[in-house]
Amino acid sequence: MAIKCGVYKTTYEEDEAIWQTRVSKFWIGVLIVALLAFPFVFQGSKYLLHIADTVLISIIAALGLNLLTGFTGQISLGHGAFIGVGAYASGYLMNQFGIPFIGCLVLAGFITAVVGMIFGIPSLRLKGLYLAIATLAAQVILEFIFIRSRGVTGGSQGLLISPASIAGFQFDSEFKFYFLALFFAVLAILIAKNIVRTKPGRAFMAIRDRYISAEIIGVPLFQYKLIAFGISSFFAGVSGSLWAHYIGIITPEHFNVMVSIQYLSMIIIGGLGSIYGTILGTIFIVLLPEILRAISGPLSSSYPILIDIFNALREGIFGLVIILFLVFEPDGLAHRWKMIKNYWKLWPFSY
Amino acid sequence: MVKNRVGDEAILKGEEITLSFGGISALMGVNFSVKKGEVFSIIGPNGAGKSSLYNVINGFYHPQRGRVIFKGQEITHMKPYEIARLGIARSFQNIELFKHMSVLENMMLGRHIHIKYGLFSSMLYFGPGRKEEVIHRKRVEDIIDFLEIEHIRKKQVGTLSYGLQKRVEMARALCLEPEILLLDEPMAGMNLEETEDMCRFIVDVNTEWGMTVLLIEHDMGVVMDMSDRLMVLDFGESIAEGTPEEVQKNEKVATAYLGDSDGVFLGR
Repeated sequence: MAIKCGVYKTTYEEDEAIWQTRVSKFWIGVLIVALLAFPFVFQGSKYLLHIADTVLISIIAALGLNLLTGFTGQISLGHGAFIGVGAYASGYLMNQFGIPFIGCLVLAGFITAVVGMIFGIPSLRLKGLYLAIATLAAQVILEFIFIRSRGVTGGSQGLLISPASIAGFQFDSEFKFYFLALFFAVLAILIAKNIVRTKPGRAFMAIRDRYISAEIIGVPLFQYKLIAFGISSFFAGVSGSLWAHYIGIITPEHFNVMVSIQYLSMIIIGGLGSIYGTILGTIFIVLLPEILRAISGPLSSSYPILIDIFNALREGIFGLVIILFLVFEPDGLAHRWKMIKNYWKLWPFSY
Repeated sequence: MVKNRVGDEAILKGEEITLSFGGISALMGVNFSVKKGEVFSIIGPNGAGKSSLYNVINGFYHPQRGRVIFKGQEITHMKPYEIARLGIARSFQNIELFKHMSVLENMMLGRHIHIKYGLFSSMLYFGPGRKEEVIHRKRVEDIIDFLEIEHIRKKQVGTLSYGLQKRVEMARALCLEPEILLLDEPMAGMNLEETEDMCRFIVDVNTEWGMTVLLIEHDMGVVMDMSDRLMVLDFGESIAEGTPEEVQKNEKVATAYLGDSDGVFLGR
C-alpha cells in the first residue's frame, strides 16, 4: 500500500465534512468539554455566567442575521424588532395559553419567520440602501406595535414572563440557563452551517454575488430571498424567546434600533458570510463594553473627578474600536483567523 | 462522429421577435430556427443585437412582439429560472460567476435545478440530503474531468485567470445538463491555445453529448469551421441565415461587414 502523506481522502463524504482532520476533531472535542465545564468553574460568578448566557443567546440571532445579510446580501435594520416579535410571542403564548416552554419557543420561531417574510417582500424590488430603509421601517412599525398594543405586550410597562422549564425542571438561574442556551446555540450553529453548505445556502450566496446568473441557473430569486428572510427571522424569534424566558421581564427598549445595529456590527466585525466569524463577532461585541467597564471602573474610583469623562469615553472607545476594525480588518475576525491558520499550516517554510 | 447528429425538428424557434428600449430598436422581426443537435452561430457587428437575442431566449427581456418556441412550447414570457429548468443554459460575454465561491460551489450551483431535497434535510444534512449531495458531486466531478479543471476545483473563482474563468462558466452551464447551450463569446480575450481548447470542448459537447449549441463569436475562423449553420444580425435585423458557405457568398453580409461593394461609405 502506498504511504499516506497529508490529508488523504477517499470519498466525497470525507471531502465535504465540516471537520476534516483528526486534529480539528480533537480540538472541537476539547472546546465542547471546556464549554460544558465553564459554568462549573465559574459557578460563583453570576456576572460571568450572565455574560456567557447573553453571548449564547445572541449567537443564535446573529447567525440568523448573517444568513440574511452576510450570505444572501439582503441588509436588514429590523433584526432587533424581529427578536422582539419572538420574545413577545413566546411570552404571550405562555402567559395566555399556558403552552409549555418548548412549544412557545418553536411557535415563536415560526411566528417571527412569518412576520420576517412579510417584511421581506419589498426585497423583490429593493436592494442595498433602499432595502435597509425598508427594513428600518419594519423596525419602527414593530416597535410602535410593541409600545402601543398594551393588551399583548404590556406596553412600556413590560411583560412579565416565567422562566423556561422542561418537564418540570426550571431553568431559573444563570447557571441552569447556561446549558439550555448552549444546547440551542450549538444546534443553531450546526443548522446554519448545514444550510450554507447545501443547496439553499449556495443559492443564497449566488443571489448575493450575482443575482443575474443565479436566475439563469434556475434559482427563483424571490422565493429564495423570502426563505432567507424566513430562516433569519426564525433564528431571531428563537433567540428572542430564550431571552424573554431568561431575563423574565421584557420592554420595548430591549428591541430598539440600537439592538439591530449592534447585531449588524457583530456580523460585520466577525465576518460577513462566515458562521465562524458570527460566533467571534458576537463574543467580541458582547464582551467589549464589559471589558471597557472593567477598565474604567477602577480608574474612575482612583480619579473620581474624571468619572463623567470615563463614562463618555467608554461609548467613544466602543465606536472607535469598531471603526478601527472596519479599517484594518474589513473582512472580519474570521478572515484574520484564516490567515493565522494558513500561516501556521506552512510554518516555518512559507513557500 | 455520430451520424445523423443533426435532427430535422427545430428545437428552438424565434418568430418575428421585436424588442425595443424606449425608441431604440434592438431587434426587428428576427426569425430563426435551430435544429436539434447542431451548432448554430449568431454573428454580426457590435451592437447588432446578438446578446439581446440571447436575453430574449433566456427570459431576461420580454419582446414586444413575436414568440420564442422551445420544443413546441412557447417560452416568450417565462421567467429566467423557469426557462433554465426547461433545459436552456448559458454563459455570459462578461463573466458572471459567483466570485467569492470556489469552482466546486459554482458548479454545484449549476446542479441547483436537479437537486431535489428540501430545506429540512438541508438543515440536518444527514440522510437523504447528504446522499443526494454526493450523487451530484460525482456528476460535477465528471464535468470537471471533461473540462480539465481538476487542479482548480477548490480555488476561489475570483482568483483565476480570465481564460480559466471562461471555462468554469461553461462548466457551470454544463452542470445544468441543458438541451441547448448558449455561449456568448466563449473565446473572447483568449490566446490561441485556450481558444483551441475551448473549440475542442464545444465540439465534444456537441458530438458526444448531443447538445445543441448556440454560439456568438467574433472569431470568424472558429465560426466558419464549427457551425452547421449561422445567422447574421445587423442593426437588429437578420440579414442572412444558412450554412457557412451560403452566408459567405451573401452580398448583404459582405456589405454589413466590409461596407458597400461600390466602396461608398453609407454612414453606418
